[in-house]
Amino acid sequence: MTQGQNVPDDLSYTEDHEWIRLDGDVAVVGITDHAQQALGEITYVDPPPVGTAVEQGDELAAVESAKAAADVYAPLSGTVSEVNAALDDAPETVNEDPYGAGWICKLQGASAADLDSLLSADQYRDLLAKEPA
Amino acid sequence: MSYVANTADQRREMLRMLGCSLDDLFAVIPPQLRAATLNLPSGRSEHEVRRILEVLSRRNRSEMLSFLGGGFYDHYIPAAVDAVIRRGEFTTAYTPYQPEASQGTLQAVYEFQSAVCRLTGMEVANASLYDGGTALFEAAMMALRVTRRRRIIVDKAVNPIYRKMLCSYTGNLEIELCECPCTGGRTDRQVLARHLDDQAAAVIVQNPSFFGCLDDFTDVAQMAHDVGALLIVSCYPVSLGILKTPGEMGADIATAEGQCLGLPLSFGGPYLGLMATRQKLVRKMPGRIAGRTVDADGRQAFALILQAREQHVRRAKATSNICTNESLCALGALVYLTVLGKAGLAETAELCASKAAYARQRLLAVPGVTARFDAPIFNEFVVDLPQPAADVINHLIEHGFAAGFPLSRYYDGMENSMLVAVTEKRTKQEIGKLAETLEEVLWS
Repeated sequence: MTQGQNVPDDLSYTEDHEWIRLDGDVAVVGITDHAQQALGEITYVDPPPVGTAVEQGDELAAVESAKAAADVYAPLSGTVSEVNAALDDAPETVNEDPYGAGWICKLQGASAADLDSLLSADQYRDLLAKEPA
Repeated sequence: MSYVANTADQRREMLRMLGCSLDDLFAVIPPQLRAATLNLPSGRSEHEVRRILEVLSRRNRSEMLSFLGGGFYDHYIPAAVDAVIRRGEFTTAYTPYQPEASQGTLQAVYEFQSAVCRLTGMEVANASLYDGGTALFEAAMMALRVTRRRRIIVDKAVNPIYRKMLCSYTGNLEIELCECPCTGGRTDRQVLARHLDDQAAAVIVQNPSFFGCLDDFTDVAQMAHDVGALLIVSCYPVSLGILKTPGEMGADIATAEGQCLGLPLSFGGPYLGLMATRQKLVRKMPGRIAGRTVDADGRQAFALILQAREQHVRRAKATSNICTNESLCALGALVYLTVLGKAGLAETAELCASKAAYARQRLLAVPGVTARFDAPIFNEFVVDLPQPAADVINHLIEHGFAAGFPLSRYYDGMENSMLVAVTEKRTKQEIGKLAETLEEVLWS
């Protein structure tokens, strides 16, 4: 598989290249393989403070790479319940394992309406296919 | 790069290509905002311009004995400062930052940052900002980003010029600026406690206060931190040669006007803003930062770092949209600090303090002159005169003294108060003469 094209079937996605894994009423949020590839070597992840309430589409976190910076938007409304503190010392984990150890934060209390607006793996693959190479 | 203005022909051609007139291009600017006239005189010869400027320059009163302070001080500037900053490699219109071509500039910036850290007792500093006032504003913005709150508490003993700048810069932002009255020339802890809650992003204080009074903000740092707010301390770099640093007090951000470090007093600058903070807040700090690294061959090299904070990367969400620094002034400050050294700076600070103590004693011995505040001072203090201070100061100008700053300009109820600053440059004789002349002006 080409690097940057990995799209696991069991996750939901956004057009802004975030992925979401639902775990009960907690949504784990990260950036996709495509996003980490586009950003390049990630040097810093600025997570939101735990307890921050966000609306879908709000700025959630910021990811900096050697040459760029990007905002991560809240894929769902909810409250930040946990952030991946390990990224403080090892931000490159987002490059190495974007869907696993490179998760960014967890949101609690997502609404069903928000969930409906997310993309399936197939829809996200279609989106990537349309992106300029 | 030579500067070549476009000619009338070129302008006509550009407009023809665009298919519009010059007025069309400016049509988006509302008429009331357009300049009716730029009031520019027609061209003059070099000789004529020189004569006009010479006449203008003769209106400067640089021969006066200065006891003026209020944030800008008449310290001695070693000749080495000018000798270094006037080198062609450094004197450029724009700071060159490319590491491939500008190792000297970047190393100087890096060393300046290191000097600012050691001076303030902080962990990281930027490559400088415009001046003390903008540095304080940037610190306030930084506190909003760090805390995600909207309220800034400012002590009224902070330089009123800086406070005015804070008001102007934040005027159109959704920020609540809350000014706390001070007591006895210093931060009033009880007033502060009433304003401080978990909505406050930062508390801004100054040491020495605008009235010259010394303080230790260790307790204020604790008060701020207890509610999750930052402590911002505006300081006077020369005083840090002997005083407790913002870092030792527990400040989260230290800012300062760097003019006192080897830069001449000039109306409107250019001056130098210093800013330093804690390592953990570095990504929220505005301004350029030079870092030390190694090149491909393992040799020491310098480069701008952490640029994701800046507007060429972060665009609208940059930590600041002031994306330059005062590199030449910063270099001047670095040379000043290097020439003086740690011991020299302490000696300068001690001279300032002892001469100010002597001046205070001499002025208070003049009949009718009284002390305004009892707090210990560094090199600046307030005296109350038996007449409006502005009038007395005007009289003293005729005698060749810039005797002080009339506090009525910024504070109610201080009609007769004069702020006097004394640097190491003032001699015992000059101080004595000021006291004698003041007595003469008041009582003859």
